[in-house]
Amino acid sequence: METVLEMNGISKVYPNGVYANKDVDFSVRKGEIHALVGENGAGKSTLMKILFGLEQADTGNIKLNGEIVDITKPGDAIDLGIGMVHQHFMLVDSLTVAENTALGTEITKGLFIDKETINKKVKEISDLYNFALNPNDLVGDLSVGSKQRVEILKTLYRSAKVIILDEPTAVLTPQETKELFERLLTLKEEGHTIIFISHKLDEIKQITDRVTILRRGEMICTVNTKDVTEREISNLMIGDEVDLLSKKSDPNPKDTILDLAGVSYTLPDGYKALNDIYLKVRSGEIVGLAGIEGNGQKELIDIITGFLPYEGSAKFMGEPIIKDEIAELRSRGLCYIPSDRMTKGAILSMSIEENLIANRVRGNVLHSNLPFILSKEKIAKYADESIENFDIRTDSRTTPMSMLSGGNMQKVVVAREFSDLSHMVVADQPTRGIDVVAADSIHRMLVKKREEGAGVLLVSADLEELITVSDSIVVIYSGEIVAYLPKAEEVTQMQLGDYMLGANRMDANTIRRNLYGKTE
Amino acid sequence: MEKRNNFFQVATTLIAVTISLLLACIIILFVSAEPMNAISTLLFGPIRSLRNFGNIIELMTTFMFTGLAISIMFQAGQFNVSVEGAFFLGGLISGGLISTLTLPGPITFIVAVTGGVLAGAIVTSIPGVLKAKFGASELVSSLMMNYVALYFGLFLLNNVFRDHSFGMLATHKIPKKYKLPVIVPGTRIHLGFILVVILIIVVTLFLFRTKTGYQIRSVGENTTFSKYTGVKIGKTVFLAQLLGGIIAGLGGTSEILGMYSRFQWTSLPQYGWDGVIVALLAGEKPQNVPLAAFFLAYLRIGSDLMARATDVPTELIIIIQAVIILLVTASALLSKFKQRSTVKEVIGDA
Amino acid sequence: MLEFLKIIFSLEFLGAVLRVSTPIVFATMAALISNRAGVQNIGIEGLMLIASLVGVVGSAFTESAWLGLLFAVVSSVLLSWLFSVFVLKFKTNIVLAGIAINLLASGLTVFILYILTGDKGVSSGLASKTLPVIPFFNIPVLSGQNVLTWMAFISVPLVSTFLYKTKTGTYIRAVGEHGDAIATAGVSVYKTQRTALLLCGVFSGLGGAYMSMGYLSMFTKDMIAGRGFIAIAADAMGMGRPVLSTLIALLFGATDALSNQLGSFNIPNELVSLIPYVVTITALAMYAANNKKKQNQ
Repeated sequence: METVLEMNGISKVYPNGVYANKDVDFSVRKGEIHALVGENGAGKSTLMKILFGLEQADTGNIKLNGEIVDITKPGDAIDLGIGMVHQHFMLVDSLTVAENTALGTEITKGLFIDKETINKKVKEISDLYNFALNPNDLVGDLSVGSKQRVEILKTLYRSAKVIILDEPTAVLTPQETKELFERLLTLKEEGHTIIFISHKLDEIKQITDRVTILRRGEMICTVNTKDVTEREISNLMIGDEVDLLSKKSDPNPKDTILDLAGVSYTLPDGYKALNDIYLKVRSGEIVGLAGIEGNGQKELIDIITGFLPYEGSAKFMGEPIIKDEIAELRSRGLCYIPSDRMTKGAILSMSIEENLIANRVRGNVLHSNLPFILSKEKIAKYADESIENFDIRTDSRTTPMSMLSGGNMQKVVVAREFSDLSHMVVADQPTRGIDVVAADSIHRMLVKKREEGAGVLLVSADLEELITVSDSIVVIYSGEIVAYLPKAEEVTQMQLGDYMLGANRMDANTIRRNLYGKTE
Repeated sequence: MEKRNNFFQVATTLIAVTISLLLACIIILFVSAEPMNAISTLLFGPIRSLRNFGNIIELMTTFMFTGLAISIMFQAGQFNVSVEGAFFLGGLISGGLISTLTLPGPITFIVAVTGGVLAGAIVTSIPGVLKAKFGASELVSSLMMNYVALYFGLFLLNNVFRDHSFGMLATHKIPKKYKLPVIVPGTRIHLGFILVVILIIVVTLFLFRTKTGYQIRSVGENTTFSKYTGVKIGKTVFLAQLLGGIIAGLGGTSEILGMYSRFQWTSLPQYGWDGVIVALLAGEKPQNVPLAAFFLAYLRIGSDLMARATDVPTELIIIIQAVIILLVTASALLSKFKQRSTVKEVIGDA
Repeated sequence: MLEFLKIIFSLEFLGAVLRVSTPIVFATMAALISNRAGVQNIGIEGLMLIASLVGVVGSAFTESAWLGLLFAVVSSVLLSWLFSVFVLKFKTNIVLAGIAINLLASGLTVFILYILTGDKGVSSGLASKTLPVIPFFNIPVLSGQNVLTWMAFISVPLVSTFLYKTKTGTYIRAVGEHGDAIATAGVSVYKTQRTALLLCGVFSGLGGAYMSMGYLSMFTKDMIAGRGFIAIAADAMGMGRPVLSTLIALLFGATDALSNQLGSFNIPNELVSLIPYVVTITALAMYAANNKKKQNQ
């Protein structure tokens, strides 16, 4: 098979100096289904965005059928026969299947769109590949699986020969996934080339011909799928990292603080984002929730912090968690370090001082002698103390948050959250994008909290962090708990990676037994 | 670092204003037969006599009220523009009540002022409630409320408060004893000036030194974050709009009782829109409102004098106000761009 | 009461409604297009105002009503273009930019009027022209309506066809709903929104010109009297659908026409004038409440 697409020496640096892609060589053969895998931040999305013209590479070139091509915007990629099926669908709900499919390329009869011809063409392609789509249906009325088929149809309508699919099965049911794979095989038979971005190793083994692995922006290798096991792929993705053991005291867990039993969450279109979750966090322990982003963690955290409804039972400090009562949860001792510190964790335009007091203004701690007025001295004192205790590097407490580095911003968030009554801390990717020194600081703070008797739920995709900081680890995959590892320090990164990528799972009874075995 | 930011914002505002004034001069050059006279009257007329300068302060008082009201609402991120109607109705109700009621002395005064304040509060609260409870756009509903306030007010003026012996549509005369005293002899500067300055101090304290004020600002800056720290968004948003209405109603009351012998407005006075400009120039900070109000009042009086003395109509300044709005908010963005790139350098990926 | 009903259900009244609704219908089309594209332009009031002045001035100087109309539309398109530059390119806040446009038009119209005629209130000093009335076979209600009234109501199916049957119209609908969808399909979001705003200018211009050149040819200060804002409300209530929005615009026009009639009854003028605004707010509240209920489910 000849090479149809080559990306040579692609590098892209973000303005902050981070390498999204470092000298990546990527080549795809005509008519194959080629998987592109890597952890979050490995650079696979960026690479494909460059291919589709949504971003520009700093160095390197792209060759299509042996000739160098220039792709500066999606229109260029589309003209060259490259199509992309995005993870978050690029569809307009109020338009029909045909209108969405033909968007941007409409055939006209005089001033008007030639609806008949387009509908006919759309139906033809849909029938050819067995998509079972009706051109006149409104996209807003379709199921998720059908919507994805429209996305694929869009690429085929534009005669795409190379089709990129970005995490296509993330939102599909097992049945829909099966159907998708059948269609992909049909497309392959018809001579299309498919690039398949995914985390799900079992699927990659099922349907792809070759796999390219990216890690930390660099291309590791390309192998034939049949020559590797899922475990081997997972190893390559994670790398041969040495496990670091922590120097912390043994956990001494006591009362149950967070108790989730049979928690499920179903999205409006029927997809179960969380399925029958059992989870406990006790005071004095750090439970790591390991999982690649997008496997249900967001929904779980939203449920715990009172932003989503749920089925099943979720209790905090013995009382059920009620939606929209976050102020109440906080007053009972819930702290939350969000993954998106720039929007959920801080107000960038305000000063450090003003960010620190966000949760303290409610009580009377900061009030002065005058009624209603907050005391400047108390605020200043509290701010200075926090800066000192949490090692926040800044000239002054009045510096705007936006001027701080990521690590220091996170320290402010942690300082604020920890200053309150904290029986439980929910920390979501707390050290993502943060320099090593600051990350270590934050880890120590979490451990200290645990020593003071709080329970910590550490949600993360960073294996090293999970193993070092947690006492026990629970793994979530596709909305389900697939593993419970009671002794974090005995877990290897390989093991953990396997569970996180769906290459391995524990049987549900074993999990349940381990989870509840220790208590009572 | 913070000082550098402030400086940058002030600088860009100044640049916007300067460009606008230059534009005014260019237009005058084109249009007027005596451009130099016009320009000098515009720029220096207001300080040529005590009476002219007094006019600035009088107008400044009006602008401080509406500018303050808008600033509070903008701080909460609410585009409620019914200050216009609130000011009008506040003045109408208080003017009407005070000239019609015959209750013993101070009671009439208290009732009238309360009426004015309540009227203003209700006008801005309706969009506030609709936003807080139903998420309805406060922009469209507040635009509508201006007209509701106008026509309802005119209805009252025509049917309840009207002095039929007076030639035009107006209330009865406001008894001299109820008029706000003049505080600077030789001018018409009245007690309302002191009142609004006190209000500004109170509001500044409120916004920056109390818990509720802090919550209002935090909701305006980042609603998501505020939700996560447990702030009740609906209540906060409503409160800001209510406070704006109270201030606007009080402003209308002060304006009528301080400057007029009857209430005679038959159309919306446009002071609400001036308030928007004042709030923008003040960067939505109450403590900057006096300076911004002074500046705008100075320009307006200058242009009135220019119109009386030369052939350039006073509407020139309205055009300039519009240009200022466009430039100030666009240049605010230029500075945001600069900030964002600095942020990217320092922060790292999110 | 009977008198009242007799008046409402008369043909004259119906004709009056059509006449009075004309500018609102034009403005509603303007609001609809810009809102669908995701760039709600609250400066339509100002666009109409400037057109109303320029139409009068233009027709006086060229001695042709049609040329006056052309100038009017060009002026509001230019102003709308200015709006698009500040909002789309310089990222000015869209609400503030709309306020600025209204303010600009308010001052600029009186300014120009004064420079040209020495009068600030009315343009009677100018020998401006009116646009012709069409005697439509002497059929009651339809006959005797101004040519612009015909244009206004014909524009409703035109706008509908444009939005649903042409490429640009489809892009406009798409960009307001999901801008990324057209961006990844290779269509420029900026160009689409700019086109929508320019079209908004065209319709605003037609509506404004009608006000000053429809029957009496005269410009008076602030003559648009909030119709631009009512149009925004009509579009909001009509959920961006041309026919529904127009029906609502007609409803507002009816209350306008009604207040002219009710002078002879004991219902105060002002209260009748209140009706469209109160109805709008109520409808807006109901619409939003309904949306919120749907979201919570």
